[in-house]
Amino acid sequence: MSILIYAETQNGSYNKSAFELASYARSLADQMGETVTAVVVNPTDAKSIERYGVNKVLEVKNPSLSAFNASSFASLISQAAQTSKSSIVLLTTSADSKFLAPLLAVKLEASYASNVVALPTSLSPFTVKRTVFTNKAFGMTEMNTDKKIIALSKNAFGLSEHVVSAEVIPFEPTLSETTQKVTGVEKATDKVTIADADVVVSAGRGLKGPENWGMIEELAEVLGAATACSKPVSDMGWRSHGEHVGQTGKPVAANLYIAIGISGAIQHLAGINSSKVKVVINTDPEAPFFKAADYGVVGDAFEVVPSLIEKLKIFKSQNS
Amino acid sequence: MKILVCISHVPDTTSKINFTANDTQFDTNGVQFIINPNDEFGLTRAMWFKEQQSATVDVVTVGDASVEPTLRKALAIGADKALRVNMIPLDGFSVAKQLAKIVQDEKYDLVIAGRESIDYNGGMVPGMLAELTGANFVNNCIKITVDGNQVNAEREIDGGKELLSTSFPLVIGGQKGLVEESDLRIPNMRGIMMARQKPLTVTEAIDSDLSTTTNKFEKPAPKGAITLVDKDNLDELINLLHNEAKVI
Ligand SMILES: Cc1cc2nc3c(=O)[nH]c(=O)nc-3n(C[C@H](O)[C@H](O)[C@H](O)COP(=O)(O)OP(=O)(O)OC[C@H]3O[C@@H](n4cnc5c(N)ncnc54)[C@H](O)[C@@H]3O)c2cc1C
Ligand SMILES: Nc1ncnc2c1ncn2[C@@H]1O[C@H](COP(=O)(O)O)[C@@H](O)[C@H]1O
Repeated sequence: MSILIYAETQNGSYNKSAFELASYARSLADQMGETVTAVVVNPTDAKSIERYGVNKVLEVKNPSLSAFNASSFASLISQAAQTSKSSIVLLTTSADSKFLAPLLAVKLEASYASNVVALPTSLSPFTVKRTVFTNKAFGMTEMNTDKKIIALSKNAFGLSEHVVSAEVIPFEPTLSETTQKVTGVEKATDKVTIADADVVVSAGRGLKGPENWGMIEELAEVLGAATACSKPVSDMGWRSHGEHVGQTGKPVAANLYIAIGISGAIQHLAGINSSKVKVVINTDPEAPFFKAADYGVVGDAFEVVPSLIEKLKIFKSQNS
Repeated sequence: MKILVCISHVPDTTSKINFTANDTQFDTNGVQFIINPNDEFGLTRAMWFKEQQSATVDVVTVGDASVEPTLRKALAIGADKALRVNMIPLDGFSVAKQLAKIVQDEKYDLVIAGRESIDYNGGMVPGMLAELTGANFVNNCIKITVDGNQVNAEREIDGGKELLSTSFPLVIGGQKGLVEESDLRIPNMRGIMMARQKPLTVTEAIDSDLSTTTNKFEKPAPKGAITLVDKDNLDELINLLHNEAKVI
C-alpha cells in the first residue's frame, strides 16, 4: 500500500505545491505506516521530489500530454492508483487539480474532500478539516469509503524536507481519444500568478482609476508579488477578472497579503483570510479591514505606496 | 438545444456564519438565501441562449421545500420550468448522482453548473455529474459559444486562460465572465407573475449513500490586535514584516 500524489510541474519542474503535497503525504504515510508514490507527467528531473520523502515516482513521458486535459489526466492518475495499490490519492487545489479531481472520484468510486487544511484529525473514522463557507468556517468531514481523494489547500501545510532515495519507474497509462481539445492558451509568462505567489499586492476602489495602478505593479515587482484587486475594480474593467479575489473571486492563501484602498467588506475578507499576514493601507481608520489585518497604515495610498516602494528598494539592496 | 442549469441555494454573501446544536449544524437564523453567485452567471448566459438560439432552459435544485423560493426566482428571471429533487444535500457525490439521473432521463445537451457553491464550496458536483453521465466537462468556464454541435469554451487557468473546442453533451462549471456583473437580471413584476404559472415539479430522490459526512464545524480563531504603523515611519513596517512576521 502506498499513498499516491499527483505532482504538478511547470515547464517540467515540480512546483512548490507539489513539494508541499509530498511533505503532507510523507507525514500521513508515517502515521499510517505506508510509503509515498508520486505520479508525474513529462518532468525534466523526476527524481528530485525525493527530497520531500517520495519513495517511488511513476514517470509518464508522453508528448500528447503536454497540454493539460482533465479527462486524460484523471484517467492516468486512476491507473497509477491501481498500479501503486493506493487507496489515498492526494492532489493540490490548483485550477487543474480541481478540474480533474471530481472526475477521478467517480472513476475510483472514491470519496473526495477539497480545500483540506491539515493532516487528518482521526484515521478511524477518517476525518479531515476543510474550509467551508468560502473560508468563513471549517468543517470536519468524515470520508466513508475505502478510497479517498484529498485536495490540500495551498500553504496550509508548508514544506518539510525528508530526504529519501526515490525509485523512478516509467509509467505508460492507456489513454483513450477525447473529443475535447485545447486550442490555445493565453497566459502572461512574465508575471507571478495569484495561485503561486507568496506575496500578493491588492488594490481597491480607493485607487480612483486604472491609470493609478503603475505604483501597484511596481510595489508587486519589488516584492516579487502577484497583483490582485477587489470585485468592483474588475467589474468596472479597471483590471482583468483574473485579478478579482474574494468570496466570489479567487481565494488567496499567500504568506503576505497587502490591501491598498480596499475597505474590507465581508465578501472580500472571506476570500483572503487564509493568508498568513495581512497589511492594510487605507485613509479611513474606521475601514473594516483594520479589524482583520495584522499590520496597518492609516494614510493616503498615493503618498504611502511610493514611499514604501523606495524604502523597500533600499531594504532589498541591503538584504540580498 | 436543451439546457439544464443546476442551482445551489446558498446563504447570502453578507451572512455571518454561525453554528448551533454544539457546532453540528449551520445556523440559518436570520440568514437570507440566494441563487449561488456562480449559478446566477450561468443562468443569465442560459437566458442568452434561450433568446438568441431558441434554447429551452430548465433549472434544478436538490433540496427540501425551503429551496423553492430560489427556484421561483430562477423562473422569474426566465427559466421555462423548475425541478426539485427532494433530498437534503449533505454530500457532493450524492447530489451529483441525483442530478445525473435527471440529465440521463431528460437528455440535456448542455448542463450549466457553477464552479463551486459558496456554502460547502466543494467544487465537486459539476465534474462528478459530467463523469457520471459520460459528458465532456469544462471547469472554471468563463465563456461559451455554440454552433450546432460545435462548442467553443474558455477556461480560467492560473495566470491566464485556455481555449477549448468541445461538443455536447457537455457540463460546465461556470463563473463570472460567462456574462458580466452588469448583465445579471433582477426579476421584474411581469417575470414574478409569470413564474407563478410555470411548472415546478418535485421528484423523490434515488438511493445514494453518503460518501462524506460533515457533522462538526469550527469558526476561525479570533484575530489578535492590529499593529499600526505611522505613515511617516514606513521603515518600521518593513522591519516588522522582516523580523517579526518574517514574510519579506
Ligand atoms: C454577491 C456579492 C459578492 C461579492 N464578492 C466579492 C468578492 O469576491 N470580492 C470583493 O472584493 N468584493 C466582493 N463583493 C463586493 C463587496 O461587498 C464590496 O463592495 C467590495 O469589496 C468593495 O471594494 P473596495 O474595497 O475596493 O471599495 P470600497 O468599499 O469603495 O472601498 C474603498 C476604500 O478605499 C479607501 N480609500 C479611498 N481613497 C483612498 C486613498 N487615497 N488611499 C487609501 N485608501 C483610500 C476608502 O477609505 C475605502 O475604505 C461582493 C458583493 C456582492 C453583493
Ligand atoms: N443541491 C444542489 N442542487 C443543484 N445543483 C447543485 C447543488 N449543489 C451544487 N450544485 C451545483 O454544483 C455547483 C458546484 O457546487 P459544489 O460542488 O457544491 O461546490 C453549484 O454551483 C451548482 O451549480
